[in-house]
Amino acid sequence: MAELTLVEAINDAFHTELGRDDSVLVMGEDVGRAGGVFRATAGLRDKFGADRCVDTPLAEAGILGTAVGLCMAGWRPVCEMQYDAFSYPCLDQLITHVGRYRWRTRGGMEFPLVVRMPYGGGVRAPELHDDSPEAYYAHTPGVKVAIPSTPADAKGLLAAAIRDPDPVIVLEPKLHYRTMRGEVPVGEHVVPLGEARVARSGDDATIVAYGSMVPVAEAAAEALEGEASIEVLDIRTLKPLDEDALLSAAGKTGRVVIVQEAPRTAGYGAELAAILAEKAMLDLRAPVIRVTGYDVPYPYWQIEDAYMPSVDRVVAAVRKTLEF
Amino acid sequence: MIGDGEAIPDGEVEGLEERDLLELYRSMVLLRTYDERSVVFHSQGRIGTYAIFWNHEAMQAGSVYALERDDWIFPSYRESAIGLLRGMPVSTVLSWWRGHPAGWWNPLDYNVASICVPIGTHVPHAAGLAWGKKLRGESACAIAYFGDGATSEGSFHEGANFAGVMRAPLILFCNNNQWAISTPLSAQTAAETLADKAVGYGIPGVRVDGGDVLAVFEVTRDAVDRARAGEGPTFIEAVSYRAAPHATADDPRAYIDLERVEEEKARECLGRYEAYLRRAGVLSDELVESTRAEAVEALRSGIKAAEGEPPADVGLVFEHAYAAPPASFAVELAELRELLDG
Repeated sequence: MAELTLVEAINDAFHTELGRDDSVLVMGEDVGRAGGVFRATAGLRDKFGADRCVDTPLAEAGILGTAVGLCMAGWRPVCEMQYDAFSYPCLDQLITHVGRYRWRTRGGMEFPLVVRMPYGGGVRAPELHDDSPEAYYAHTPGVKVAIPSTPADAKGLLAAAIRDPDPVIVLEPKLHYRTMRGEVPVGEHVVPLGEARVARSGDDATIVAYGSMVPVAEAAAEALEGEASIEVLDIRTLKPLDEDALLSAAGKTGRVVIVQEAPRTAGYGAELAAILAEKAMLDLRAPVIRVTGYDVPYPYWQIEDAYMPSVDRVVAAVRKTLEF
Repeated sequence: MIGDGEAIPDGEVEGLEERDLLELYRSMVLLRTYDERSVVFHSQGRIGTYAIFWNHEAMQAGSVYALERDDWIFPSYRESAIGLLRGMPVSTVLSWWRGHPAGWWNPLDYNVASICVPIGTHVPHAAGLAWGKKLRGESACAIAYFGDGATSEGSFHEGANFAGVMRAPLILFCNNNQWAISTPLSAQTAAETLADKAVGYGIPGVRVDGGDVLAVFEVTRDAVDRARAGEGPTFIEAVSYRAAPHATADDPRAYIDLERVEEEKARECLGRYEAYLRRAGVLSDELVESTRAEAVEALRSGIKAAEGEPPADVGLVFEHAYAAPPASFAVELAELRELLDG
């Protein structure tokens, strides 16, 4: 085990995976010479060469589009989108090709590419450096979506994504890149896609969260200590979803609060709530409550904290479900 | 290369022998027959909406002939039948237009990528494949086909720019037929020529008569030579004219100059090449007849085979989207089957 920040864990995953498989290459804006604006790819260009840690032109659709072609030539490209909202141009390629090409060839060709990006707010950044776009990705057939919340999972989920035969989108909570430290296994470490994690065990209510909202859920559970015993389920992989873990965590307590940073309408939390409505009706003792960002553009950073699902909002929602 | 038999003299292409000339002819006849029969098949309800490529055969046959089998072809829907030149069965392409899964080929079987339906979004794929081959030290190059309208797309720009920067062995082949459905080239760009766009990518741009199969072959061969020599991509603007509707669902009478269409039809590419070959003394009436008959027979047996494909099983709805499908797919398929078999 090593004590690493979340972004160091990502960097560690890259060094391990590029060393393990010489068909893996990293590409994106400023990933090579600069080592990435967050240093996630630091040292890769020196160690593995400019052909395997490629500074690309500034063109997100071009990055993902050429990655499709690189897959056809036998590579396993890992594309960095510099920020969440900068990834929107790549949705063109993602929707029209990345999620469809394997199907289009009736399984004849594989597209084992990864798109990873820092996501989420709370970092006092300019506009369009703060978005939580996971629902756009999760809604697209043919791709998988993972969001780690700890350094160990950041390493393990990225390794799983790189080794997966299908396209995987990994959103990394940039708020915690350097503010969160944790124990990370040394060497090869894979966290399988599709397995949720019970972050905290409890009996009275369940908070379901992912990414940067997991620490918020944990803090809310902490704040409620003595008042109620709270389970926290970290979804980790949005697609494929660990439905058994969701149903079991919901069934255990019968009271569920779902937390997402993204705007409310048609967000991923709505999918979780719908699954609970379809499959856990008789286990529930209170309506499922969502705590989310609001249906507005992510605000100016001087007032961004008011947008964020806070510990207080989560605590209030949990109390509401307990009092139902 | 191809003159008019009168004022403009015929030329020759170095390295092309009589059998090459006739191979090109057979390719064009096959494509022409495929296209004309497909329009009929559509009117008979035997295939769905179909994108016509009549008068584009010289561009397709001439350029493909300059490639090696290891080189990759990235077609748009206007080149739907280009795989025939790589040995793809006629029934496969017809099945694609019939919406039957038998038409979804494995690109690895022919080094022909899947048909790209959205405009220009395959240009980055071709750039990426060419770049990836180069990184692997392989000598294969790629060719991406697209129309004049595609040069307005961001994807074209990003793909061309990437290829230029990476010095990818790529041929950007623009079939400028002057129309994007009803939008004329003048409404598509203020550039004097599309080949001028190459300057912005730091790559050569060449214009060629898209109705002259030999000229198309020669410029593509030059581009392939450059690609293999490590000199990077080439943009080819093949100037042509869309003398047929955009697709079976289109009625161009609302926007096109019908007199111009008649003029273009009178000098369509296959007729020009036939006349050239006759002047050169390598094409007889018998050979014309037998080549056409062979193509007609290929289409006759092709549609028969396509129509003889067993109906697709609904299970295919859930297959191939993922290497390992999520557990929910099996549940949903079982529910669907129960309803359908009910």
